[in-house]
Amino acid sequence: MTQPLLQLRGISKSFPGVRALDNISFDVLPGEVHALLGENGAGKSTLIKIIAGVYRPDAGEILLDGSPVHFSDPGQAQAKGIAAIYQELSLYPELTVAENIFMGHAPRGRFGAIDWTAMNQQARDILASLEIDGLDVTRKVGALTVGNRQRVEIAKALSQNARILIMDEPTAALTETDVQSLFNTVRLLRGRGVGIIYISHRLQEVFILADRVSVLRDGHYVGTRLVSETTEDSLVSMMVGRTIDDMFPKLPTTIKEPVLEVRNLWRKPLIKDVSMQVRAGEIVGLAGLVGSGRSELAQVIFGMTPPDGGQILIDGKPVQIKNPGQAMKLGIAYVPEDRGLQGLIRQMKIRENISLAVLRALVRGPFIDNRAERNLATRMIEQLSIRAYSPEQIVNKLSGGNQQKVVVSKWLAGRPRVLIMDEPTRGVDVGAKAEIHRLISQLAQQGLAILMISSELPEVLGMSDRILVMRGGRIVAEYSREEANQELVVTAMMSETDHNRTPKSQPAVETNTV
Amino acid sequence: MTATTPPAIATTPNAMNSWFRAIRRMLATQEGVLALSLVGLTIIVSAINPRFLAPENLSDIFQFNAYIAVAAIGMSMVIISGNIDISVGPLISALAILCGTVATSGFPVWVAWIVPLIVGVLVGVFNGIVVAYLRIPAIVLTLGLHSVIRGLLVILAGSKVISDLPPDFGLAQLTPLGIPMPIYFMVVLTIIAAIWMRYSARARAIYAVGGNAEAARLSGINVQRTIVFTFMINGLMVGISSVLLATQFSQIQATPPPGLELFIITAAVVGGVSILGGTGTVIGATLAAILMSAIRVAMILINVSPFWLQAVTGVLILVTVLADILRRRRQSRSIRA
Repeated sequence: MTQPLLQLRGISKSFPGVRALDNISFDVLPGEVHALLGENGAGKSTLIKIIAGVYRPDAGEILLDGSPVHFSDPGQAQAKGIAAIYQELSLYPELTVAENIFMGHAPRGRFGAIDWTAMNQQARDILASLEIDGLDVTRKVGALTVGNRQRVEIAKALSQNARILIMDEPTAALTETDVQSLFNTVRLLRGRGVGIIYISHRLQEVFILADRVSVLRDGHYVGTRLVSETTEDSLVSMMVGRTIDDMFPKLPTTIKEPVLEVRNLWRKPLIKDVSMQVRAGEIVGLAGLVGSGRSELAQVIFGMTPPDGGQILIDGKPVQIKNPGQAMKLGIAYVPEDRGLQGLIRQMKIRENISLAVLRALVRGPFIDNRAERNLATRMIEQLSIRAYSPEQIVNKLSGGNQQKVVVSKWLAGRPRVLIMDEPTRGVDVGAKAEIHRLISQLAQQGLAILMISSELPEVLGMSDRILVMRGGRIVAEYSREEANQELVVTAMMSETDHNRTPKSQPAVETNTV
Repeated sequence: MTATTPPAIATTPNAMNSWFRAIRRMLATQEGVLALSLVGLTIIVSAINPRFLAPENLSDIFQFNAYIAVAAIGMSMVIISGNIDISVGPLISALAILCGTVATSGFPVWVAWIVPLIVGVLVGVFNGIVVAYLRIPAIVLTLGLHSVIRGLLVILAGSKVISDLPPDFGLAQLTPLGIPMPIYFMVVLTIIAAIWMRYSARARAIYAVGGNAEAARLSGINVQRTIVFTFMINGLMVGISSVLLATQFSQIQATPPPGLELFIITAAVVGGVSILGGTGTVIGATLAAILMSAIRVAMILINVSPFWLQAVTGVLILVTVLADILRRRRQSRSIRA
């Protein structure tokens, strides 16, 4: 057996409240495409960032050509021939193709000045060696298509003599022709003995391109298979094979009339003709890959971005929602995906965060009614068992789970009728997760209509009365709690065939780089 | 401490302890640090030169610098909202000239006192609208405005001095109950602003917008209106400040005190307002304005060259900003742990 280029042994990595990777082993042989599969949050990104030197593992060792290495920054990994191409491309749009390729290691002439002629020529050579033609090395990268930018990234990796190339969802933003030519480039590199770590959500690609495939789940290593000896079904079950346990204390509820309804909603490019409803007492789980339009749907309903067309109805009556304030008046609450950026005011106290959305109701005369505000905060802290020593504590000092509870209480303070939760338990430790699930369940029992967006399938399956699956901006499947299972939902989420895939348009990709 | 300890012995260390604890608690807030620094400065400087405590000297510190403290109140609010106003220095001068011009043009003095307030508010609303709706960064807008007003001042007023002011014009020279008028303004405005900033919903919105504008928007706060309102209040404070400056002597000069806006911004920042927005109080800003004025006077009294003043002010800024950043880092580390 050939000596692996790269070997990981027993790699573990924790972030506050989350064990991102637990005892992972993984290797890459020269001249192979090794696919890495797993659900969102399974630990793929963390793993490749460890390989690329972005993170340092808490435990375990990395061996390159059989000898242990330690990277304290990405530069060291690059110097050892490890290059990574991330989803958000890391090029400088105002510089030329050649300048980007040789960023940081441009050929030098006399007096240490950059030798432009040599640099451009070498850039052309590299592109030619990748069988890429028609790409002018003196053009600015900002003017290129996404496919061409990716080629520049690959050329950049090769200019540093990369022997291991990590590609994180390289096809996510590409059109069909670009995907084909990317595959050709990957095969070319494989032929030259480069080891390629290939991450994709598209199972099809794994079967077209990869030699071996490894699966991660919840930060654990599940197994490695030869692609020639496995099937799509067995990979899916490796990815999702979990049992739903008491992490998901779903309570029985009585589902009544629809509260929120959406009819033929459009918002280019990510929401296409979406119709759905959420009823009182019901938890509707919205599954789908990142970028399938789930969060965008929530943002339109909450008035953060205007729709291009379609109707939103509350209690059967069409409503106009132009800003979050109006949505709140209609009884809609939105617990956003990113609690740091959109949910919390970190410098503020717990009390001040909780009351923020209902300040107007707390005002008596010219001032905020101090006692009412403190009572509200105390009640919420108790109800959601937020662990803090006082309502006067600054939220920044709380753990992730408790911060999330503060965001949730802010929205519950307004006594909403519709609660939209985007990734309600992201970055929250297991204990707090179960508590938040219990809370969601209780709220539904009290008659709230809940729309829960989640990338965690067990959460969707464990909590929802009904499950909607979005893909490419459309709702492509709907399952009742009884009929839903992991395989069905995953299949609806990802097993799109190549011919009917809707390429994402350019603007959506541009925003990814921010 | 045990129950058997005789109370007479126990009280002394306890009293000492509670003293230390009180001081420690004061040092935990920026206002406390400033108040203690002011006390410390007074003790040291008056030991070197007892004239520091002379009534005329104290009134100099308070009376002639109150307009800076008033402007610092508005500046604090603007910085708390996540913005800044560089144009206040020339604007205060321009409004002071306007104040004098109105008074010497035959209008009643109260009209002369009101007009700068109105113009200040209008300029504030203009700034707020440009920042909030056209999304021009406040620092760019007000830096431009700074140059524009400064230039206009030179063109229109030049080195002119308005001196033929009506006899009853000197609002800042009044001394009801023996206390100079500017001190009333400074104290009353600081108290009103402090209470308002602490207890009103509008002010809470200012903190929220400065802390995290996106989260504030999602919480139903009208971010744009909040910014316009903040700049409006700032304009009002600048107007009041300019009237105090205009009426405190028998003449008004067209040249703005050099580095006035920097002095005001420094007062806000040294007073504990985070330059990144979202935190701080107006009491801190007022205390810092007094402290900085006291340092200025103290340096003269203990025979330090006034050229050192800028350096001392600079060090003060660096130390406070550094302390602010360290405090933040400690906070964020405690969540990571």
